Amino acid sequence: MSENIVEFKNVSKWYGEGENRTEVLSNINLTIKEGEFLAIVGFTGSGKTTLINLISGLLEPDEGEVLFKGKPIKGTSHERGIIFQNYSLLPWLNVFQNVALAVKEVHPDWSQEQLTEHTERFIEMVHLTPAKNKLPKELSGGMRQRVSVARALSMDPEMLLMDEPLGALDALTRGVLQEEILRIWSANRRTALLITNDVDEGVFMADRIIPLNPGPNATLGPEYTIELDRPRDKKALNSDPKFKEVRTAILNYLVDLGEAAKLEKKAEFTLPDYQPMMPHSRTFPFFRRKKDRA
Amino acid sequence: MSDIGISTKAMGKSGVTFSPLKVLKGFIPKLDTKAIVKNALISLASILLFVLLWHLGANYLFNIEATAKIEKARTEQGAEAAAQMEACILSGDVSCQPNTLPSPQQVIVAAQNLWADHLSISAKKTAFKAKVATTNADRKAQGLKPIKYTGRPSFIDQILTSIKTVFAGFLLAMFIAIPIGIITGLNENLKTAFNWLIQIFKPVSPVVWLLLVFMIVKTLIRDPELDKSFIIAAISVGLCAMWATLVNTSLGVSSVKTDYMNVAKVLQLSLGKKIFKIIIPSSIPLIFTGLRITVSVAWMVLIAIELLAQSPGLGSFVWEEFQNGANDSNAKIIVAMFVIGIIGFLLDRVMLFVQQSVSFETQ
Ligand SMILES: Nc1ncnc2c1ncn2[C@@H]1O[C@H](COP(=O)(O)OP(=O)(O)OP(=O)(O)O)[C@@H](O)[C@H]1O
Ligand SMILES: [Mg+2]
Repeated sequence: MSENIVEFKNVSKWYGEGENRTEVLSNINLTIKEGEFLAIVGFTGSGKTTLINLISGLLEPDEGEVLFKGKPIKGTSHERGIIFQNYSLLPWLNVFQNVALAVKEVHPDWSQEQLTEHTERFIEMVHLTPAKNKLPKELSGGMRQRVSVARALSMDPEMLLMDEPLGALDALTRGVLQEEILRIWSANRRTALLITNDVDEGVFMADRIIPLNPGPNATLGPEYTIELDRPRDKKALNSDPKFKEVRTAILNYLVDLGEAAKLEKKAEFTLPDYQPMMPHSRTFPFFRRKKDRA
Repeated sequence: MSDIGISTKAMGKSGVTFSPLKVLKGFIPKLDTKAIVKNALISLASILLFVLLWHLGANYLFNIEATAKIEKARTEQGAEAAAQMEACILSGDVSCQPNTLPSPQQVIVAAQNLWADHLSISAKKTAFKAKVATTNADRKAQGLKPIKYTGRPSFIDQILTSIKTVFAGFLLAMFIAIPIGIITGLNENLKTAFNWLIQIFKPVSPVVWLLLVFMIVKTLIRDPELDKSFIIAAISVGLCAMWATLVNTSLGVSSVKTDYMNVAKVLQLSLGKKIFKIIIPSSIPLIFTGLRITVSVAWMVLIAIELLAQSPGLGSFVWEEFQNGANDSNAKIIVAMFVIGIIGFLLDRVMLFVQQSVSFETQ
């Protein structure tokens, strides 16, 4: 059961070449077990999207290798579904067509009825049935993200990659979708990787949380195992000492990271060739919701 | 804004006691009458001013021309002839009117004449049709071509011919430019292969295109039944006007957002599906922007090309009137000018509407 489904072996990834080369991820080693729910939390710009795209196959590592079921990842595959951070809906297709396009690709042999039924079920799941025939431009940001969630889930991939999938949602819808994702994940024990900016969300959903240290040259932080029984109950969790403990530990680690960045910045003041830090290393966009950041 | 709110409320209530008038009211947005009246007044005033300036200008030119005419008569034939000429001009006799910019009144009269001419020609046409109806039926039975009316076309016929030519040219431009644009947009090598051609031929003048097309069509089309001048005009218009569409299509296809391409990759769409479900739809707005430019360029070059190709239409109408040099020729040319302008404007409006209705982005 607990075979390694994904393995990062000394993976580094950079953008640009020569002078302009910026190394985003450096020497990442990570294993994700089959059936596991892993969450990665990190500051903005630290390379989370880069990391997830290495698994989806949209990017290739510049050094080291990423294995999926023991084989190096070459390009994309229906086995690994992704919920994009920026929704990536096709603006000329309506909600139904956006989801149906994906369903059709995964199940080319299905009849029209099967296709429609399956597509509509997932649209209903994200509560978008009334907006089924609307174009993305007629939807709010949160609605778009829900279409994107429905599209990925409808493909029922073996591994579900989620890049801040619930960032633009209100707390209520967020909660509903968290449970929905968990339900689908536990129904047939798919592997899931969640990138999130919300520690609570990570702790509630994941088996394991790994912080990504701020880049450039981002590395992975220590892993935190969440030993909470499933199914988890949100209300009960809030008073669970285990929950509180791990949540506090992660938050402290992140605050320390932020402090370290600050200190680093102060130290650099005395250096002759002072390089200004990017704003994100001093502030905590981490604690803010996606939509506030803009 | 609040007007719309109220009217939709009225619509909701009318669901109980159905009143068509109320429903209708709900659909017609309440117009801001004040602004409309104001805009109408401003436009009217500027039109009046324009007509006034035109009138004064025409008068001024008329006087210069008339004086020159009288002076010429005096130097060549003496004082008596000059007096005669002056009297003739003042009497308004058509034989001696100075040939210059026509006044607004003359243009209106010319427009009315053109319309009357059209009515009489159509009457002749119908009469002719009725006369040859039985003969044509016989000829058809024998497998012969029907006898056609070969009289002079009216102004309205010329307009319709021009629109037909521009439409044919536009379709041709579309069928050449869009596929080539897509292919060059998709493939870097083909883009390089086509690039010099596009860069060099894009700025070539319509006249030269016409000559080129003429050389080729003259050799290829030997069937005397075919309307060669129409074909030449339509092809030249198409070739002149297609570049905007070609360049825009190519640009649209080669600059599809990475987000959309990522979706295509993640869904593992086949090449065909990638082209038809992602690449072409995402370039539709740019393609239609190109088509809109193509239509306006096509209309603009059409007149010049018709004029040179002796193809019937507004261009040859203008040219014939100019050559003709009849008393009201200048006024007719001005009528044609307004017609050309108005049709060009309407074509652009239609394309703008189409362009906006295919755009999926938020405006
Ligand atoms: N295509 C690219 N070319 C050059 N640099 C890039 C590219 N994509 C990302 N980067 C850089 O790599 C770094 C990491 O980007 P990435 O998108 O992975 O961050 P992230 O952790 O997902 O941030 P966020 O939380 O804001 O989504 C950033 O500094 C970014 O500027
Ligand atoms: Mg990201």
